[in-house]
Amino acid sequence: MKHTPLVAAALLAVALSGCGSSATTTSSTSGGTSAGTANQPFTPPALEALKALGTAEGEVNVLAWPGYVEDGSTDPAVDWVTSFEKESGCQVNIKTFGTSDEAVQLFRTGQYDVVSASGDATLRLIAAGDVEPVNTDLITNYPDIFDSLKKQPWNSVAGVTYGVPHGRGANLLMWRQDKVTPAPDSWSVVFDGSAYRGAVTAYDSPIYIADAAVYLMATKPELGIKNPYALDATQLAAAADLLKAQKANVGEYWSDYTKELQAFKSGSTVVGTTWQVIANLALADSTDIAVTLPKEGATGWSDTWMVGAKSTHKTCAYKFIDHIVSPKANAAVAEWFGEAPANKKACAETTDPNHCATFHADDEAYFSRVYYWNTPIPQCLDGRTDVKCTDYATWTKTWTEIRNS
Amino acid sequence: MRRRWALAGLLAPPLVWLVVAYLGALAAIFLTAFWDTDSFTGLVVKTWSLDNFALIVTPTYLGIIGRTVGIAALVTVLCAVIAVPFAFFMARVVPSRWRSVIVALVLVPLWASYLVKAYAWRAMLSPGGVLDSLFGATTGFGYAAVILTLTYLWLPYMILPIYGAFERLPESHLEASADLGGSAWPTIRRIVLPALKPAIAAGSIFTFSLSLGDYIAVQIVGGQVQVLGNAVYQNNTLDLPFAAALGTVSVLIMVLYLGAVSRAGALDSL
Repeated sequence: MKHTPLVAAALLAVALSGCGSSATTTSSTSGGTSAGTANQPFTPPALEALKALGTAEGEVNVLAWPGYVEDGSTDPAVDWVTSFEKESGCQVNIKTFGTSDEAVQLFRTGQYDVVSASGDATLRLIAAGDVEPVNTDLITNYPDIFDSLKKQPWNSVAGVTYGVPHGRGANLLMWRQDKVTPAPDSWSVVFDGSAYRGAVTAYDSPIYIADAAVYLMATKPELGIKNPYALDATQLAAAADLLKAQKANVGEYWSDYTKELQAFKSGSTVVGTTWQVIANLALADSTDIAVTLPKEGATGWSDTWMVGAKSTHKTCAYKFIDHIVSPKANAAVAEWFGEAPANKKACAETTDPNHCATFHADDEAYFSRVYYWNTPIPQCLDGRTDVKCTDYATWTKTWTEIRNS
Repeated sequence: MRRRWALAGLLAPPLVWLVVAYLGALAAIFLTAFWDTDSFTGLVVKTWSLDNFALIVTPTYLGIIGRTVGIAALVTVLCAVIAVPFAFFMARVVPSRWRSVIVALVLVPLWASYLVKAYAWRAMLSPGGVLDSLFGATTGFGYAAVILTLTYLWLPYMILPIYGAFERLPESHLEASADLGGSAWPTIRRIVLPALKPAIAAGSIFTFSLSLGDYIAVQIVGGQVQVLGNAVYQNNTLDLPFAAALGTVSVLIMVLYLGAVSRAGALDSL
C-alpha cells in the first residue's frame, strides 16, 4: 500500500512525457533535416499562407522587441496602437522580450499570433514550423517596402516569403559623457579598455560573440573572419578569448533594457553596447550619454513580422502587420526605437524630416558595415566549404564558458 | 464502508495534486534530461543519451555548482549568526507585551514583493546610493551584493524557528545551570545551543534551499556572477534537456541536504 503513490507517480510521469513528446516529434523531424547547402540548410515544413482575410477575431497577441508596439503605457504620448484597435476591432495584447532566444521560446508556447523576429530567430522559427508563409497580397503596404529588404535569406526560404520587413539598425556604443573621455570611436573601449574596469557592460546572449568577431575582423585580419556569424573553431576560440579578457572589465551584463537604463543612470555602468531606443530613453531621463556606430562596424538587426502557424487570430494578425508597416506607424516606431524604417513612404511621415537620412534608410553602403543578427550553422554562411563552422548550440555553450571563466 | 469512501474522497484531491503537480513534474524534468535538442531549431529531439550529464561534470558547470552551493552555505551561516542573538532578544529580553509587535516587524518584509526588495537593494548598492552616501563606499554588484541581498531576503525564515525554540526552552534549565555554577558561556554552549540545534537546522532548510534556487536577485544585484539558476534559465530558452539536467542537480543537492538535517532532528521541529 505504501508504494502505490510512487507507482502511480511513475505511471503518470510516463503518460505525461508521452503526451509532451508526441507533440514535438512531428515538428522536430522537420527541423532536424540537415541535408542542404549553405544557402538553404533545411526544408521547412509544408504550410500554406492565408488565402483571404476573414472577419476580425477581436484580439491579437503580439510578441515584440521593447519599443516596437507602444500603446501609451510606456509614455502616454507614444501610442500607435490605440487608433488601430478602434478601427480594426482587434484588441492588441503586447508581450516584450529581451533576447532572440527568449522570443523563440515564448513564441513556441503557441500563445502569440505575430512576432517581430530578428535574423537570428527567423530561420529557427521557420524550420520548426512555428511560423507560416505570409501572403503579401493581403498586406496593402507591402509594395512600399524597400525592395532591398524583401526576399532576403532571413525572411524567405526558396523564394517563399515568411514575413514582412519591419526596420533595421545597428547595435551602438553608448557612454556617459561626463565619465568617459575622450569620446570613443572604437569598440576597443569595451574590449581592450581597462580604463573603465568594472563599469563596462555587454549584451547577455550568445549572439554577442558576433560583436567580438566584428571587432576581430578589423583588428586581427590574420584570423580571416569574413562574416561574424560564420566562425570556424579557431575563430570562435579567438572571439571567446577576447570576451574572457573583457569579462575582467565588465561590471554587469544586460539583456533587460530597463536594467541597462538604470545602470547608466546611476553610473555603475559608463560604457557598453546598446540599442538606440535605450539611448533615447536615457536622454529623455536626462542621463548624460552619447552613442555612436564605431569605426569597426557593428552587429545589427533587420527585423521581420511573422505570423504564427497555430494562430487563431490570423485576420487580426494580418491587419496588425499591415498597420505596423504602414507609413505613419512605421515612421513612429522608427523614430521611437531609433532605426531605419522599412516602408519608403515612412520617410515622409517622421517628425524629424532628416530621420531617414540619419538612420541611412536606403543607404546600402552604410548597412554593408552592419552585420545583421543571423543564426550560426555548421555550413559556413560566408560560403567556405573547406571547413565546418560552429553552430549556435556551440556558441551557447561557449557563452556559458565565457560568463563563468 | 461509507466512511471509508468519504475519507478517500477527502484525501483524493490533495493526493492527486501532490502526485501530478509535484512528483509528476519532477519526473518529467528528470526524463527530459536524457533527451537531446536539434542544434539549429533548438527543438527537443527524443533520443536517449547521457550527454547532458556528461557535460555537467566539466569544469565550467562544476564551477557553477560549487559557487552556488558556496553562496547558499554562506547565506545560511550569516542568517544563523544574525538570527540567534536576535531571537534571544525577542524571546528573553523584550517584555512579553512587545513580543508580538517584534514578531510582526520581522514578518512585515515578507509581505512586500520579492522584486521590490531586490531592486531596492540594487538602488542602495549603486554608486551614489544609500550605502555609498552613508559609508562613503559600496560593495557594487557581485558576490558581496548577492550574499547581502539573499541574507536580507531569507532572514525571517531563520529567525522564526529559532524564536520558537527559545520560547520552548524552559526557564528552569537556565536556572539549573546557574545554580550549578555555570557562567554565561558554558550555559550557552551546553544548554542553549543543543536546544537550538534542530531549530537552526530547520531554518537552514529554508535559507539554503531558497538561496540555492534563486537566480532573479542574482540577475539584479549579481553583476557578472552566474549561479545554477541562471544557467538553467539561460539554457531553458536554448537547450531544454540540458536545463532539465542542471535542474536535477539542485534537486539532488537538496535531497542530500535534507537527509543530513533530518539526522539532526530538524524535520520534527518544522
